Amino acid sequence: MTDPGNLQTWPLLLGAVGATYLWRGLGVVFASRIDPDGPAFQWITCVSYAMLSGLIARMVFLPEGPLTEAPLSYRVAGIITGLAVFFILRRQVLAGVAAGLAMFIGLIYLV
Amino acid sequence: MLDTPQQVNRLAVRDALGFPALMLLASMTGFGSLARESGLPLGVALASTAGIWGLPGQVAMAELYAAGTPVMFVILAVSLANARFMPMAVSFIPLMRHHVRSYGWMFLLVQFMSINSWAAGLRRFDEINPGLRQRYYIVFALICMSSGLAGTFLGFVGVTAMPRPVALGLIFLNPLFFAVLLAGSRTRIAALALAIGAPLGPVFHLVSPDWGLLATGVVGGSAAFLINRTMESKTAHD
Repeated sequence: MTDPGNLQTWPLLLGAVGATYLWRGLGVVFASRIDPDGPAFQWITCVSYAMLSGLIARMVFLPEGPLTEAPLSYRVAGIITGLAVFFILRRQVLAGVAAGLAMFIGLIYLV
Repeated sequence: MLDTPQQVNRLAVRDALGFPALMLLASMTGFGSLARESGLPLGVALASTAGIWGLPGQVAMAELYAAGTPVMFVILAVSLANARFMPMAVSFIPLMRHHVRSYGWMFLLVQFMSINSWAAGLRRFDEINPGLRQRYYIVFALICMSSGLAGTFLGFVGVTAMPRPVALGLIFLNPLFFAVLLAGSRTRIAALALAIGAPLGPVFHLVSPDWGLLATGVVGGSAAFLINRTMESKTAHD
């Protein structure tokens, strides 16, 4: 069933799982021995947030895979709709996501 | 204070089978579809949900793999994207450590921690007998992981079965979910990191697709951290 070309993805996965678990395991080791609000952790949180934010912006403005099939304006409209509904409905995550998704799919169908 | 296992089970099931389960089902459907389109096999997609169990790292892995980024850079990026698990575990694990079976047991339990179970634990643990907190966490986290795995499967299968506009919508769920979730951040330091990271992401990607995401995190995150410190010391002096 598995395409032989994809076998290389298992070592990648194991590396990714291990590299993620490292943080979890270190968290157990240091539990209650260091301040989770200290500067080192603040920096780590900043790095994660900046990466995630950069990744979203990249997927919206410079997508590489299937999202290139939808024009930039649809992708931006979907995100703006999602954010607008999220804030208008007082931070309802699922409602915001559903509205953004409906806008994105609707634009592809209708326009 | 909840003192019986049955009460704790019921509370955990009730808390999990609402927003957390739905949200994991939906967001992991997005990930499953992205994994399929990125060329990852179904087994790897499911194993990454159970094994990485953090959507930012999972999406980074699928995206960078599809872009042909060298394995070392992918692993580094996945790791950094999920680095917040360390401070989360540091604050969370001590709350569950009463009556531990063994210290080693915590190293297994921590694998199931996600932002949902972390937040639910912090909210509910005060109401639960310390000896039963692990029970609440395990029941809650297993429900979350089951719906995450179900979502991954549905997205993986659905993206080829659905009409193309809907399939594209499933993939679009990935950036959309993060955008909405991150928009809810209330702290200044998070807002700084998000605002600086967003423009850096595409720019650094153009400079180097291999290094771009890592550089975005390290440069953007460090800038946000330093700006926040400066603002803090200014307010302290005023």
